[in-house]
Amino acid sequence: MKIIKLLTGICIFFLSYTSNSFSLIEVDITRGNLNPLPIAVSPLSQNNKTKKIFQNKLNLDDLGLEISKVIENNLKQSGLFNPLSKDAFLQKPDIAHLKPRFEDWSLIKAQALITGKVLIENDKLKVEFRLWDVLAAREMLALSFTTVPNNWRRVGHIITDKVYERLTGEKGYFDTRIIYVSEEGPKTQRVKKLAIMDQDGFNIKYLTLGNELVLTPRFNPTNQMVTYLSYFRNLPRVYLLDIETGIQEVVGDFPGMTFAPRFSPDGKKIIMSFAKDGNSDIYTMDIENRIVERITNHPSIDTSPSYSPNGKHITFNSDRSGYQQIYVMKSDGSNVKRISFGNGIYGTPVWSPRGDLIAFTKLHKGKFYIGVMRTDGKGERLLTENFYQEAPSWAPNGRVIIFYRETKTNKEGEGFSAKLWSIDLTGYNERLVETETDASDPSWSSLLSN
Amino acid sequence: MNLSKILKNIFLVILFGLVVAACATKKTTTTAKVDSQIQGDVYIGSDTVEELAKGVPDRVFFATNESILTTKSRDTLRKQAAWLRENTNVNVVIEGHADERGTREYNLALGERRANAAKDYLMTYGISADRISVISYGKERPVDPGSNPLSWSKNRRSVTVKAN
Repeated sequence: MKIIKLLTGICIFFLSYTSNSFSLIEVDITRGNLNPLPIAVSPLSQNNKTKKIFQNKLNLDDLGLEISKVIENNLKQSGLFNPLSKDAFLQKPDIAHLKPRFEDWSLIKAQALITGKVLIENDKLKVEFRLWDVLAAREMLALSFTTVPNNWRRVGHIITDKVYERLTGEKGYFDTRIIYVSEEGPKTQRVKKLAIMDQDGFNIKYLTLGNELVLTPRFNPTNQMVTYLSYFRNLPRVYLLDIETGIQEVVGDFPGMTFAPRFSPDGKKIIMSFAKDGNSDIYTMDIENRIVERITNHPSIDTSPSYSPNGKHITFNSDRSGYQQIYVMKSDGSNVKRISFGNGIYGTPVWSPRGDLIAFTKLHKGKFYIGVMRTDGKGERLLTENFYQEAPSWAPNGRVIIFYRETKTNKEGEGFSAKLWSIDLTGYNERLVETETDASDPSWSSLLSN
Repeated sequence: MNLSKILKNIFLVILFGLVVAACATKKTTTTAKVDSQIQGDVYIGSDTVEELAKGVPDRVFFATNESILTTKSRDTLRKQAAWLRENTNVNVVIEGHADERGTREYNLALGERRANAAKDYLMTYGISADRISVISYGKERPVDPGSNPLSWSKNRRSVTVKAN
């Protein structure tokens, strides 16, 4: 019982923090500690026979231990949990999974415990896991599922999602992927490739070779399609790529540059800018029947469109007032309203998957900020300040934002780098997202399972 | 009301004087150097500038967020137009660029706007639209990797390149 109390405590804290800080238009540079919940993740148990099979199949010494490490890392990165060192665990994994000796776990200050078991059944990996409330001495959650052995990292992510959901009351974001642009080479001649990885930085795959410039990949929220900008044959156009098959095609037949693509929430349309004769307006194309519709018609630059999750509204970036500002309109292009009125200029509006907030980039007095505001433009809150950063993308639960940050070069023009960072909606828990190359333009996928 | 306005102005003048004095004592050399290369936020130097032909510069520069052609830019483009009229077999691509101090997508649109400003001016001097194509690189191809106002001013440009 007590653990539930503590955890609702976290939720309530979240909510009250959020509403309090709505009134403040200032940068929260405090990287405070939210008293992360002490949690023990026991290695998933397995018998010797299973262990040998996995050793042969996956070349992993101890699959159960590896899965528990995936879970621990996820929980730690979330900033809400403090996974305890396994050195202190007194109970063996197999016995703990059957019935934990709660006094032992309580002794090392664990408030929650995850136990599990992996086995092989008809060449499939079968996983059972349980979440325990240590102080109340009872089981909170028990689930089992089956998958192919190569998916073992995803098993860790799915377990984390279930645990996160049970303990916070909100959907997780761990069984997800991030598509981004990998960058290499000198600043004046960057080589850019599309890359995709698991949310925790593992399983990086490069989807293009770097022969042409590629920018701004975005996931379809409903399937494994991606839309992005490619300079293939020196014609900057929006493309559609199926990650599973590798098939790609140009979107529409526009006599000029198309850019800034995103999918509609139902995944059926692509919304983007089309530039002609020095003017950029917003268009949509239906992927199925290829029908193109013009949404804005204004001599200013209209770009960076993003749908509300119910598909009824679009937020976008326009300089029709003289400078870049954020606007909201109905999805047919009517009822255009400017919503950003703070100091500075505003770009890259992205509607939260929860529907209540818009994340943005702001430039003010030579500094770049990632922030959020309500969809009517009120309650502006800046989460992070730096020399250069932009391109926020929401985790599917609307709790975390990923973006990229570039460094300032020295007098000789050296020292440039671009990296992915994530930050909680609260303004806490800012973290570097490790990638093997420099990286920019991240886009977070929907949950792959459930 | 008036008095406070006057006082405010005086205050500003004094403040301005102080700033200038501070600059004069500390940063004489660097400020003078930058000043001679940037005028009204637009680069006017010759670093990075190449020639399409003898006496025909290949690029023009812009102020932050702007696509307005300066007197000097119009002069350069008239030279390009004259050269293109003499060389009727040459087609060109105008590449529009932005500095790194703006969001990627907006800068793509801004680069396109700048390239078209140059294209439109060439057209008013008799160069047919089908000889000129435009491409925007946004902030993707800086010519100067520096993170300072002078480098940024060199990167806010449109460059005319022979296409054949």
